[in-house]
Amino acid sequence: MPSLIDLRRRIRAVKNTQQITKAMKMVAASKLRRSQERIMNARPYAVQMQRVLASVATRVDPSIHPLLAPRERRPDSRTLAIVVTGDKGLCGSFNTNAIKAAGAFVLGNAGPCSLGLVGRKGRDFFGRRGFSVLFEQVGIFQKLGYDHARTIAQIAVDAFVDGRVDRVVLIYNEFKSVMTQRVVVDELLPIGRREVEGAVLSDAGVDYLYEPAPQDIFNQLLPRYVDVQVYRALLESNAAFFAAQMTAMDTASKNSADMIDSLTLYMNKVRQAAITREIIEVVSGAQAL
Amino acid sequence: MSLQLQIVSPDRALVNERVDEVGIPGTEGYFGVLPGHTPLLASLGVGVLWYRQGRDMHYLTIAFGFAEVQPDRVTILAQTSEKADEIDAARAEAAKKRAEERFARPTTDIDFERARVALLKSLVRLQAASRARIRS
Repeated sequence: MPSLIDLRRRIRAVKNTQQITKAMKMVAASKLRRSQERIMNARPYAVQMQRVLASVATRVDPSIHPLLAPRERRPDSRTLAIVVTGDKGLCGSFNTNAIKAAGAFVLGNAGPCSLGLVGRKGRDFFGRRGFSVLFEQVGIFQKLGYDHARTIAQIAVDAFVDGRVDRVVLIYNEFKSVMTQRVVVDELLPIGRREVEGAVLSDAGVDYLYEPAPQDIFNQLLPRYVDVQVYRALLESNAAFFAAQMTAMDTASKNSADMIDSLTLYMNKVRQAAITREIIEVVSGAQAL
Repeated sequence: MSLQLQIVSPDRALVNERVDEVGIPGTEGYFGVLPGHTPLLASLGVGVLWYRQGRDMHYLTIAFGFAEVQPDRVTILAQTSEKADEIDAARAEAAKKRAEERFARPTTDIDFERARVALLKSLVRLQAASRARIRS
C-alpha cells in the first residue's frame, strides 16, 4: 500500500500536468481563432481562382500550356507527394494521420515516388527512413505567409515542367470543423479537366479576348493557381493543427481531472484506514492496562 | 443592368457589390468595363482601380493579378490590393522617398526592377488616397 505522502505527491504532479494542458488548450484556442479566420479569408480567392480557371480550361486546348497537359500513365511514372504535417506534437493523431496516409499512398503507388516534406514531424519520420526526398520545409508555420506557398509551388512546378516528375499530389489535413480534421489527397499537377466539369457556364463556347496574348496570361495565371492551391493547403493544415491540439489538450485536461478524483478518493481511503488502525492500537493498548 | 464586381486577394475578400462601371489597370493600359462587355481575360499591372455605383466613385490600389470579365460580372484576382481609405499616406510618402533615393544614387548591386515596382506602388497609393480625399 502506498503511503499517504506518496499519494499526495502524485496528486500534486497530476495537478501540475493539468495546469499545463489547460494552458496549452487556451493557447491553441486563441491561435485556432486566428488561423481559422485566415483560412476563411483565403477561401474566396481560392474559390474564385478555381472558377475562373474552370471557365478558361473549357475553352482552350490543353496542349497550349505544359501545366494543363495530361501525361500518359506508365508503370514508371514518377510522382511527387507533398506531405504537410505540423512542426509540433501534442495534437492527438493529427501528424500520425497525415504520415499514415502518405505512407499508404507511397506504398500503393505503382511508380517511384519522391516526397516533399512540409513540417518537422513529417520530415523527422520520412527523412529517417530513407525515402527519396525532393525538398523539405521546416518551421514555416510560426509565421506562415504566401511566400512559403510560392517557394513550395515553384519547386513542384519546376520538377513537373522539367519532366522529373509526371504527377504531383498534395497530402494534408483539411480543416472541416473544430472537432474534425480529414486527411485529403489532392491532385495538384497536371491541372486536370476533372475539377473543371462541375462548373456552370453561362456562355460556354464564347472565347475570351485576351490581353495580353493567351500564352502570356497562362504563363502567369497557371503557376499562380498552383501557388494558391498550395497556400490553401498550408492554411487548412495550420488551422486543423490547432483544432486538433485544442481537442487533444481538452481531453488531456479532462483525463487528468478524472485521475485526480480517483487518486483523491484512494488517498482518503488510505488515510481513513490509517486512522482506524491507530484507534485500534490505542484501544487495544488501553485494554491491555 | 449592372455588374457584379468581386475583388479578392489571397488574404481576404475586399469587394463584392453591384456596380455600374469599373476601370481596371491592365498590363497594357487602363480599360473601362460597362455591363454587357464581351468575355475578357486580362492580366493586371500596378495601378488604381475605380468603380462607380450611381454617382459614387470608389478607389482601390491593385498590384498585379488577373481580371476576368463576363457580360454580367467582373472578377479581380489581385496579388495585393488596398482600399483607398486604408492607405497610410505618410507611409506611402516615405516609401516613395526611399525609392527615389535609390534611383538618385544608383549603386552597382541595385535591384532595378524591385525599386521601380516599389516606386510605382507608392505613387499609386498616393494617387488613390488623394482621389478618394477629393471625393469625400
